Amino acid sequence: MALLDQLWFQNTLVLIGYALVASLLSSATKGERWQAASSRLKRDYVGIAAFVVIVLFVFIGSMEMIRLPSNEGRRTLLDLVTTGIPQEKEYAAPMATHAFSVANPRPLNGRHLLGTDTLGRDTLVQTLRATRTALIIGGLTSIIYIPIGVLLGIMAGYYKRWVDDLIQYLYSTIASVPEILMLVAILMVLGKGLGTMSIALGITGWVGLARLIRGETLRQTEKPYITAAKAMGQSDWKIITRHLLPNVMHLVVIKFVLGFSGLVLTEAVLSYLGVGAPIGTASWGGMIDASRSELSRDPVVWWNLTSAATALFLLVLSLNIFGDSLRRAFDPRQT
Amino acid sequence: MFAYIIRRVLFSVPIVFGVMLLTFFLFFVIQSPDAMARRVLGPKATPQTVNTWLHNRGYDKPIIVPRAAKQSFADYLLISRSWKDSLFIHQMTRLATFDLGSSDVTGRPLIDIFKSGALPSLLITLPAFLLGLMVSIGFALYFVFIRNSALDLLGTFLCIALMSVPLMVYIIFGQWFAALVLKYFPAFGFHMQGMSTLKFLLLPVALIVVSGLGADVRLFRALFLEEMGQDYIRTARAKGVSSARVLLQHVLKNGLINLITMMVASLPFLIMGSLVIENFFGIPGLGNVLFSAIQAPDFAVVQASVFLGSILYLFGLILTDLCYAWADPRIRLH
Repeated sequence: MALLDQLWFQNTLVLIGYALVASLLSSATKGERWQAASSRLKRDYVGIAAFVVIVLFVFIGSMEMIRLPSNEGRRTLLDLVTTGIPQEKEYAAPMATHAFSVANPRPLNGRHLLGTDTLGRDTLVQTLRATRTALIIGGLTSIIYIPIGVLLGIMAGYYKRWVDDLIQYLYSTIASVPEILMLVAILMVLGKGLGTMSIALGITGWVGLARLIRGETLRQTEKPYITAAKAMGQSDWKIITRHLLPNVMHLVVIKFVLGFSGLVLTEAVLSYLGVGAPIGTASWGGMIDASRSELSRDPVVWWNLTSAATALFLLVLSLNIFGDSLRRAFDPRQT
Repeated sequence: MFAYIIRRVLFSVPIVFGVMLLTFFLFFVIQSPDAMARRVLGPKATPQTVNTWLHNRGYDKPIIVPRAAKQSFADYLLISRSWKDSLFIHQMTRLATFDLGSSDVTGRPLIDIFKSGALPSLLITLPAFLLGLMVSIGFALYFVFIRNSALDLLGTFLCIALMSVPLMVYIIFGQWFAALVLKYFPAFGFHMQGMSTLKFLLLPVALIVVSGLGADVRLFRALFLEEMGQDYIRTARAKGVSSARVLLQHVLKNGLINLITMMVASLPFLIMGSLVIENFFGIPGLGNVLFSAIQAPDFAVVQASVFLGSILYLFGLILTDLCYAWADPRIRLH
């Protein structure tokens, strides 16, 4: 589509995405519950360290997301920063001065901190570039599945009866279809791409959240404040948005952080199953998948696997640790 | 109780129906029956052979609703007759009697395919499930025993770290280490041949156990800790029962009930195998059967696997409810 190729349009989309995630977080961080939690969170230094790492990843990924005007193909902020790094023609080991081939070790155009891949691209740059893929898969999918999951979960828990039956039916059905069939089919129809992958993952991903929110809503509706609100004649819509939503929002934030790490891991598996990021888009899953043949070479090409796996591990670890800190901050009884 | 089971089973019928409808839709979106026939019969097939192939399998029928190409609005209202003659209804009535049919690609009866695939799947998933359960419970109990110590903290961190490694990296590293460095385990393949089968099973089983360890230990630790906070534990301690004994007799026993209840839903699924592990190691289990059927594409196999899978899933859910009621007499099923 012509509009999608426009520079300003793509950059605006990125900003809208950030705004959506930011508004989700800011709406969740209101209220007393959050204040008690945030004071606990401030004393959790491991959690803060994890949060700093996450912010760093978001920063790197954003550099690859913002496009700059250019005459030849895609050019991003990250390209601008890394223009000094020369392109090679083949594998190069980390910090090597000559190319990684036994027969003809040509001198390289420059040194590469983490070596190069089979096309001679700098592994470090590719690894940083792939952060964008992880952020898009995690972020866009969250934007899709969280509203669906929250809405259906609250509705099932609040209205009960046939609404509950219908929504339970819906998610039991989706949970019973093999996820891989769903993903392959959706990607076949919409075409391979990060956006379509997020849609596919979003369609299958809301089930867990809806189940969680339904359970919590059922618990909340038993409480006197809901009965009081009903007795005072407040409309269903007001009860849902003013009373129920703020009381389940902390679960949504925890699920968002932990779900994000799950999505980044899923991307790696999808690459192996052949429905991962499209060719030409750097992704950790793709790099890990490509490294299978590299490990059987002699001598072993280990740096691509190591860099991609380390970056992936760091992001997922930080998300898991931070998500855990959040959970502890909101529910101090559990350790 | 009996009425409850009956009701749950009846409630499952529309779910299976919905799952099959979705599967039909998803699958024929990937591949039309025509394209499937051409792929199976090869490029030299005449239109006639394609048509007989389609006709023999019922694929010449409309898939779900008759195609609207030449229909007027009046025809839509008279849908009932042709609706009954769609592929979907035809296949569903066949599946309802558990007549699975045979593969579209190889023509092999599906019962045979599932019978030969179930054993390799179970040989991997069952030992992995049991071993994983035992190892996780052991670690979880130990961490509860030394709770809030530095070692417990380190354990929690290690568990989160184990959870953060992608399955692919576990597999690639495991294969590289066990097969290429130790030079003992085969990196790939599967052979059913008495005791030597074991050699092929060790690595996949170990990988499933290790990759699931982090999440399980954390879950079980939380479960046991919750049990530790109960009144009866305080009573036992006050009575002078030693800390280790409280853990092994009271906490383990009561925690185990909750734990088994949580795990029972995944029991029926063990037979479906682990898709990625089986695919990676070339194990001819049911996970691999489904995956290659989606790629082939072989509709008969996909349809039957999804059908059996959804029944197993719903069976697991009912089993969980029964387990809860059995473990806790306060819960009444009605």
